[in-house]
Amino acid sequence: MAKHEYAFYPGCSSQKGASASNYLTSVESMCKTLDVKLTEIPDWNCCGASIGYAEAGELPRHVLNARNFALSEQHLPGQEIVATCAACWLGARETRERLTHSDTLMADTREALKEAGLQINEMPNIRHMVEVLIEDLGFDEMKKHVVRPLEGVKIAGYVGCQTNRPFGVSGESFENPQYLDKMVEMVGAESIPEYEQKVTCCGGALAFSEPEKAQAQIKDIVESAYDHGAEMIVTPCPLCQANVEIYQGQINKRYGTKFDIPVMYYSQLMVVAYGGSAKEAALNGQVIRARRLEEIAAKPVKR
Amino acid sequence: MSANTALAEKYRNNFLKEIEEQVEMGDWVKMCMQCGVCSGSCPTNFQSAWEHPPQELFMMIRAGKREEVLTTTSMWNCTSCYNCIVRCPRKLPITHIMHGIAEYAHRIGKAPKMQATRFFSGLFWKNATKTGRVNELKLSMGLYFKDGFAQGVKNGMAMQSVALGLVKAGRLNVMELFGGHKCKDQKGIQAMLKKAYEIERSRKAAKMAG
Repeated sequence: MAKHEYAFYPGCSSQKGASASNYLTSVESMCKTLDVKLTEIPDWNCCGASIGYAEAGELPRHVLNARNFALSEQHLPGQEIVATCAACWLGARETRERLTHSDTLMADTREALKEAGLQINEMPNIRHMVEVLIEDLGFDEMKKHVVRPLEGVKIAGYVGCQTNRPFGVSGESFENPQYLDKMVEMVGAESIPEYEQKVTCCGGALAFSEPEKAQAQIKDIVESAYDHGAEMIVTPCPLCQANVEIYQGQINKRYGTKFDIPVMYYSQLMVVAYGGSAKEAALNGQVIRARRLEEIAAKPVKR
Repeated sequence: MSANTALAEKYRNNFLKEIEEQVEMGDWVKMCMQCGVCSGSCPTNFQSAWEHPPQELFMMIRAGKREEVLTTTSMWNCTSCYNCIVRCPRKLPITHIMHGIAEYAHRIGKAPKMQATRFFSGLFWKNATKTGRVNELKLSMGLYFKDGFAQGVKNGMAMQSVALGLVKAGRLNVMELFGGHKCKDQKGIQAMLKKAYEIERSRKAAKMAG
């Protein structure tokens, strides 16, 4: 039996061929090393994300998340729900909070769920993968598995918005969370705690709908990382990752910059540091290749 | 009588009450003390085309500026960064109020029709709830072709290098156009959402009648 078991809510962007499929690949490798067992919630659905608000209304949005709670309770009773995506985590947690605080909303949700033959009896805990790592495993346990430290690599920890606000990771401040920098240090790389754009918004869904606004923000995030001498950026959020990575070419055209900085997930850094291959860390999933990490991943492991 | 006319008539001279009863988290608006921290914290604040920051919208609601509030693009510029929520000294759930006012304006047909984020927001929800899971390719295509075929092709071309990068990295699958990921129990999802909309509508109507 695995040391830690959770009901897993991977989210739409993590699916095969989707924009954060590299995140999922690296999380799976990371969990294997850490003896964490994730069991996918059968037939889970989209959380609605923040951006669905125009059509979602209040109740439909919560019913959508509650369906996942009901499925988790039915198939994986007693297990906490773990999400890797910031939006999934936030959406589900918000629903949990609202339903817990409103009997009317809870009763209405139950009534709607009946239409899908589902019911909720208990409210599940909703955790983000970084919470599991920090709170359930701890930095010491995470560090124990490092066999290939990312020595000499300077990495800007970009936490972004939705992993940080409005809920955030317990014990961290909204303005200057430290855990990502600690994770960077944990894998043997050099962190940049003074990176002042660490909680700046990447523009979220506006990167699609009003790109000039989002790209102005992304430019600040990338520029500051360069100013601090970072070789790469790391983030816990799929939308932050995509937005900060894939539009660098367009930003270069718009602003005459020469951005070309890799944007990684914490799980990718951990897999490489844990001795995993480039493939296990899904380094082939980068639009901007992380050459330095590829070189490290090709090196033999110190055991 | 349109939904908008009926609501405007019912809440005549009391726009604050309309917002309180019909908008998600609208009953928080009166708690705003006009400190402006939300406006200074909003990433949209640093962009052009920003009409009304949140604290200004709250005062406009109290001043009964119904038309100006419901037709502005301001709420639609929200990036859902939640900075305003965590910094508000009176703990107003500002992000949710912004989404709530936007949703209400959209629901009663007052929102600016071709505002890009309004369009994308509706598109996202329909895309996600149709099969239970987001189809990223159809979502992007739907946005590019918002202003017609010719503009769609142009938008697609402008995004070509971004899309190719993703395809090469295995993070965009062209086959998604012909199906893609979906939930098994789509019928159940449709039925429960239909019920949820019915309940929500009847609750709002009851408030209006009450």
